[in-house]
Amino acid sequence: MREVFLPLTLDDLWETVFEYPQAMLYAGGTDLLVRQKMHNYNCNLTQNHNAGSPGKISSDLCYNPLICLERIQELKEIYQQDGMIFIGSCVSHARLLESALIKRHFPVLIHALKVLGSPQVRNMGTIGGNICTASPAGDTLPPLYVLKAVLEIRSIDSKRFVPLKHFIKNPGETALQEYEILYGIWIKSNQDFNLHHYEKVGQRKALAIAIASLAAVLRLSDAGIIEDARFAWGSAGPKVVYSKKIDRALIGKPLTEESLKSVIPLIREAVSPIDDIRASAQYRRAVSGNLIFRLLQSGNNVKN
Amino acid sequence: MKISFTLNDKTILIDTEPDRRVIDILREDLQLTGTKEGCGSGECGACTILVDGESRLSCLMLAAQLEEKHITTIEGLSVENNIHPIQDAFIQSGAVQCGFCTPGMVMSALNLLYRNKKPSREEIREGISGNLCRCTGYQKIVDAVENAAQKMKDDAFNKEKAGT
Repeated sequence: MREVFLPLTLDDLWETVFEYPQAMLYAGGTDLLVRQKMHNYNCNLTQNHNAGSPGKISSDLCYNPLICLERIQELKEIYQQDGMIFIGSCVSHARLLESALIKRHFPVLIHALKVLGSPQVRNMGTIGGNICTASPAGDTLPPLYVLKAVLEIRSIDSKRFVPLKHFIKNPGETALQEYEILYGIWIKSNQDFNLHHYEKVGQRKALAIAIASLAAVLRLSDAGIIEDARFAWGSAGPKVVYSKKIDRALIGKPLTEESLKSVIPLIREAVSPIDDIRASAQYRRAVSGNLIFRLLQSGNNVKN
Repeated sequence: MKISFTLNDKTILIDTEPDRRVIDILREDLQLTGTKEGCGSGECGACTILVDGESRLSCLMLAAQLEEKHITTIEGLSVENNIHPIQDAFIQSGAVQCGFCTPGMVMSALNLLYRNKKPSREEIREGISGNLCRCTGYQKIVDAVENAAQKMKDDAFNKEKAGT
């Protein structure tokens, strides 16, 4: 048996964290508790499991106390402040999908949330959990990269802000230090993009771990010229793949098949996918490039 | 650890280890074996229950998380001897074959119909996309949820009419 704590406030949380420094934190439990089960099945499987876990794996997973963050109200807020939108780390995917603020400002994130897991997983899983799990296949990550999300990290007596792209170090490894938590996510509202696009390639529609995914935000002029663009690929390398070279290469060009074709070699060079149970590296490389052509199909996009 | 929560509209107090899975408490301690365990890792939906009216996977939820929550399991849907319209629609539409996925499917259908009273067939598919069925091919389950939505709408209408 091990202890499971359910703090109601941040003060409660800090007290528990200092009393049980070896405790593991979780929010929805849709990753940690699955990993724990896999560990119970077969210790070797978990140790070789390269999807990784935050920090420690192996036996810690099954014996250390657990702290569940889902009751801390402060971590479940969504609000707008000074031109930014704040999303608490324990906001569930289902709440984000319902949020008028998120729908209005970040359609690219909404597209990704719609195909994340299943209804039950969206009710349980949280955006902070998706970030801290730091899986290369995390569905919210490519949209959060193109939106330039900044993370607020708290300890008992300090806070610091880290851009998402610096937060995720490796699969399963983040910049969180001991006695720190991911408090929330800040994203600039009213970003000047009029085309939000997201697509995930999976083996099936629901409950699919991405084989490859692409998030894109573009600003198109009335004449259809690309004035600004940001792209990010999921499951195409150990971390989310993005490249200023690709973004810049399209600026000033019309959104046509020909323009998009011109950046395909850059994309295939930028990605560094792996072979795994879901797909080969070669397939991932090909599809990461080809996904960009879907920008031409307006059915997949939201134009503001 | 003593844990107090509401189970199918009754407040109960249990004394158990905090790290046990909710599905084990339901099935082994409380003998509510309607909730099934399929994969045990959140992919099949057989263990779906409602927590404060929202569908969750009881295989990925620990005892401590039950504190003060309102839990609904498949056993909580019938009123006296009358089964729920969703259950009835599953029978009428031939949506049950081996039956193992059925409790989870019904709970996911309920989660959907709470939020969307008249879902399209596509929305129904989306609503039950976290539940696997290896027998039916899903068509008849979608039929059942569609019929249940209509029945629940009619019932609500008749209730309102009777009240006025």
